[in-house]
Amino acid sequence: MGNLFSVGKILSKIGCDYRVTSDPEEIANANRIIMPGVGHFGTAMQNMRDRNLLTALNEAALVRKVPILGICLGMQLMASQSEEGDAAGLGWLDASVVRFKMDDSTRFKVPHMGWNTLDAQRPDDPILNGIETADEFYFVHSFHLIAHQPEDVLTTTDYSYPFVSSVRRNNLVGMQFHPEKSHAAGERLIRNFLTL
Amino acid sequence: MFRPRIIPVLLYRNGGLVKSIRFTDHRYIGDPINAVRIFNDCFADELIILDIEASKKGHPISTELVREVGEEANMPFAVGGGITTLDQIAERLRMGAEKVVLNTVGLNSISFVREAVSNFGSSTITACVDVKKNLLGRYQLYSHSLRKSLSPNWREHIKMLEDAGVGELILQSVDMDGTMRGYDANLYKELAGELNMPLVALGGAGSYQDMFSLSTYGPLNGFAAGSLFVYYGPMKGVLINYSKVNGDAFFK
Repeated sequence: MGNLFSVGKILSKIGCDYRVTSDPEEIANANRIIMPGVGHFGTAMQNMRDRNLLTALNEAALVRKVPILGICLGMQLMASQSEEGDAAGLGWLDASVVRFKMDDSTRFKVPHMGWNTLDAQRPDDPILNGIETADEFYFVHSFHLIAHQPEDVLTTTDYSYPFVSSVRRNNLVGMQFHPEKSHAAGERLIRNFLTL
Repeated sequence: MFRPRIIPVLLYRNGGLVKSIRFTDHRYIGDPINAVRIFNDCFADELIILDIEASKKGHPISTELVREVGEEANMPFAVGGGITTLDQIAERLRMGAEKVVLNTVGLNSISFVREAVSNFGSSTITACVDVKKNLLGRYQLYSHSLRKSLSPNWREHIKMLEDAGVGELILQSVDMDGTMRGYDANLYKELAGELNMPLVALGGAGSYQDMFSLSTYGPLNGFAAGSLFVYYGPMKGVLINYSKVNGDAFFK
């Protein structure tokens, strides 16, 4: 909810023509899609089903292959399954979503909330163009993705243990952190996505 | 590397920002949106904006203010003051707030806090608890809207908030507010190692060193301050300021 507003703000600043929509027809015509999800995995899947968005989204992702950016829950929804609500996801990525399991839960509290860096696994990917190792991004999440195809992993981030903080598989891009809340470096990532 | 957040807390009253000392002696600081712009330029980690008259007056922090902040802020921000309904939370999140801060309503109704968590998710609901020492030096819950200490045990209150699922706790020392004499380490040292939810300290920071010092007492997730970010120099001239700090300075 809050991040819809913030993503819109950055897109306006960049000068990108965008629409906030839950209309399958608009999705079917979009040449780029951002899914800025915040909330509960199972509920989000159910909402998309209730609004008849799945056909249009699947077609955009897998047939038309338009660039799609999933942010936070929006990235997790691309996985085939999540522990949150024990629900099936969109299944675009060979991945699953699990809750953080900490050995020291008072030191590494869940949610992982705050600023953290990215360790590039594919530093030459154009999505990471201009991003420095010291750049920090804002995270807030209790669940994280496990990618079963290691080549999908764009970056990992350390919080008690390294987890997948961004992914890319062809036209599909996912970011666990919030680029829309991450100052100049976050804006850079969104610009990079818009050039795909 | 993960590091604790450094968080300016801006107090809003009658259209402007103010700063208090021990919850009184409010001094005018300036325009809120101007402050947000400066914190953008300084790459602040996060902002908290609290309407300190809202609960007393019986209406929540203005949606107009939240929208204006949302349009400016390049970082996450939380808003609080006088929030008592789910609709009020939804509206403020829609305007770009990352989190809402619940304080007074949590003293009155834990079940509302629980409802807010289940509707909007843990990470969206922050609880703020104010604590003041009594004459015997014991900590007591303090109600800003009633301007008095309350009888329920503060630790039990915090436990109830944690059980209700709030995503984060801001624990504020009324006695240290605005003094810039450092955080009250005793207030945080036991709690930091016991809570499973993130803990943010507020009240007394006069320097970044105060934050580093407090971090040696336990795993705190955030260090919040007011005066430090709105005053400059020994004469306390009003100057909005913020410095990025290297995460290595903490927890040693």
